[in-house]
Amino acid sequence: MPFLSLKFNLQKRVKLAQGLWMLYWLAVIVGIILFSLGIFFKIELRKRSEIMDNNESHLVPNLLILVGMLSCGLNAFGGKLCHDSLDPQKFSKMKPMLRPYMLLCCGFNALLLLLVLLCFLMQFAVYLTLAEGLKNAIRFYKDTDTPGRCFMKRTLDMTQIEFRCCGNNNFRDWFEVQWISNRYLDMSNDVVKDRVLSNVEGKYLMDSVPFSCCNPGSPRPCIQHHLTNNSAHYDYDHRTEELNIWNRGCRQAVFSYYSGIMNSIGALLIFTMAGDVAGLKYLSTALETMADPENPECESEGWLLEKGFKETLADLLSKVKTFGRANQVEEGGTSPNVTAT
Amino acid sequence: MAVLKVKFTKTRRDKLAQILWILNWISVVTGVILFSLGLFLKVELKKREELMAEKDIQYVPNMLIAVGLIACAINFLGGKICYDCVDSTKFLRWKLIMLPYIVCTFFFTLCVLVGALMCYSMHWELEEALDLGLMQAMRFYKDTDMPGRCFLKHTVDTLQIQFQCCGNSGYKDWFQIQWISNRYLDMSKKEVVDRLRSNVEGKYLMDGVPFSCCNINSPRPCIQQQITNNSAHFNYEHQTEDQNLWMKGCRQALLEYYTHIMQSIGLTVLITWLFELSVLTGVRYLQTSLENVLRQGDPDSESDGWLLENSLMETARIIKSLGKSNQINTANNGDPNIDVPSTSKAHYGPDNVPPKEKMETS
Repeated sequence: MPFLSLKFNLQKRVKLAQGLWMLYWLAVIVGIILFSLGIFFKIELRKRSEIMDNNESHLVPNLLILVGMLSCGLNAFGGKLCHDSLDPQKFSKMKPMLRPYMLLCCGFNALLLLLVLLCFLMQFAVYLTLAEGLKNAIRFYKDTDTPGRCFMKRTLDMTQIEFRCCGNNNFRDWFEVQWISNRYLDMSNDVVKDRVLSNVEGKYLMDSVPFSCCNPGSPRPCIQHHLTNNSAHYDYDHRTEELNIWNRGCRQAVFSYYSGIMNSIGALLIFTMAGDVAGLKYLSTALETMADPENPECESEGWLLEKGFKETLADLLSKVKTFGRANQVEEGGTSPNVTAT
Repeated sequence: MAVLKVKFTKTRRDKLAQILWILNWISVVTGVILFSLGLFLKVELKKREELMAEKDIQYVPNMLIAVGLIACAINFLGGKICYDCVDSTKFLRWKLIMLPYIVCTFFFTLCVLVGALMCYSMHWELEEALDLGLMQAMRFYKDTDMPGRCFLKHTVDTLQIQFQCCGNSGYKDWFQIQWISNRYLDMSKKEVVDRLRSNVEGKYLMDGVPFSCCNINSPRPCIQQQITNNSAHFNYEHQTEDQNLWMKGCRQALLEYYTHIMQSIGLTVLITWLFELSVLTGVRYLQTSLENVLRQGDPDSESDGWLLENSLMETARIIKSLGKSNQINTANNGDPNIDVPSTSKAHYGPDNVPPKEKMETS
């Protein structure tokens, strides 16, 4: 009993072939979209690799680019198969390539599934890399004269302005690091000397943030310095003030951006794992079982599996077993040439 | 004497009709492009209308939108006409419309050219509008509690950050206005009161700028307050420091941005104009050659196509006489039945015989 068999006449076969052809070319377009998404994601990761310690994993975008190219190639070939399937001469030439092609498609779908899992799991890696990278970025903010870190200040300022965030977890991260370089501190000034001596590590710490933390939507001009000192500013209460500087931490802000990208890519991949393999199987079996190959208008039957689902599984298992056994040495046993007396 | 006469065989006519059909459809696409360019410009101008004074500069994108839509319609009709022109029986349907269509399209291409020139001329009006608008915006920067001006601060700040500029012509413009609202000034402090009293208008002026003027490329943390006071900051000299704040004025930055857009749009419109003109020339040739074919009677024969039947001077004269024949003849009180004696020399035949006969008699 064939599994899920359907009857096909000429019209139905032609319609199936045409429908499949369109589906395959749509899949080629989706493959191109996947390829460009992979490039876009790679560029976005590179743009901000400085706040991720140059340590970010490019596994997902690289795989995505590969998958996009493979998808284009496989689906274009599938489209060509469908286009040629209605011509009996061309179909007989294509027949031997059909089985390996369908196995390849199944393997490709497995790769897609793996990529979907990676998209959702790699977000943890991105989060951890961001946390570490931002911590170091804030520490090296002042080192604009150290080669390799000259542009850390610029990158971090741009990130805070673009993503509307301040600091790693929140703006208080800036209170714990010295973000003004010693080059710009007047060491002969008593106030400066006191502040430097007031902590163990000799850092110039203060309750201020850089200008990039300022919120342009605030009704009053930005208060950057003496943030926790209410009396330093007129009509200011730092506990209730929430429009002055950005409240969000940059780790949260940048992570939700990347997480959004990865979730959409994952969703698109799930959508791509379509069942064109099923359609192609129906078409090929319908063409093979034509009772009279010379008469194109005869009816034929198409199916997904030749035998039932359980029987096919049993067949597959026995094949795997015999494959294993053929490699074993036979223990003892009589040679088949000796006849029993 | 016809202007630029070209001979057309039947196959050449058919090919011309087909090519013109394709070109008309390409022109529909360019019409859509013009329409979307006009829409884009309108949106860009509207986005920053708070920073521009009340000058009427919306006429440029409106003109582009109108021109784009009319181009689509005209070229769609032209495509249909050219498609039908391959068959000479279908041409009879369009015969009467074709000449008015060509004249209308000719005037329309003039509109397209005017549109392109307007793109380049908008520059000066835009500069004035921006100058006045930015000055107003900076004056009302502090009025975040007044309805209608609540978001001006946000607009100006995001403008300075995005376009990397400060003030109208430069950062010193901020020294001449009070950009901190009185709500946030402690009037009980002596120094605040002194500063307010130090100028005629009672404004709190200082040599400081808002945070949005800060240059992100600066190696040192931003110096926003007491900019002209070298001793207020360690190792700082305001005359040589050019990386601390954005040096460009916002008027110049915005003007450069819009001029760049306008130049690209103007170039596209000029190219579209040339394309439309060439399509129009092709349609004119097609029309004249098909009319001549009809006049000759044989649909498969050769025919002439031209731009103008007579020379330019004669065509001008014909147009003038067409205009005159529509005027009322005031001498006869408008009655066409009264015989008006001709003032020109009458042609009676033998009296005007050439001198050859006279020579014979002599």
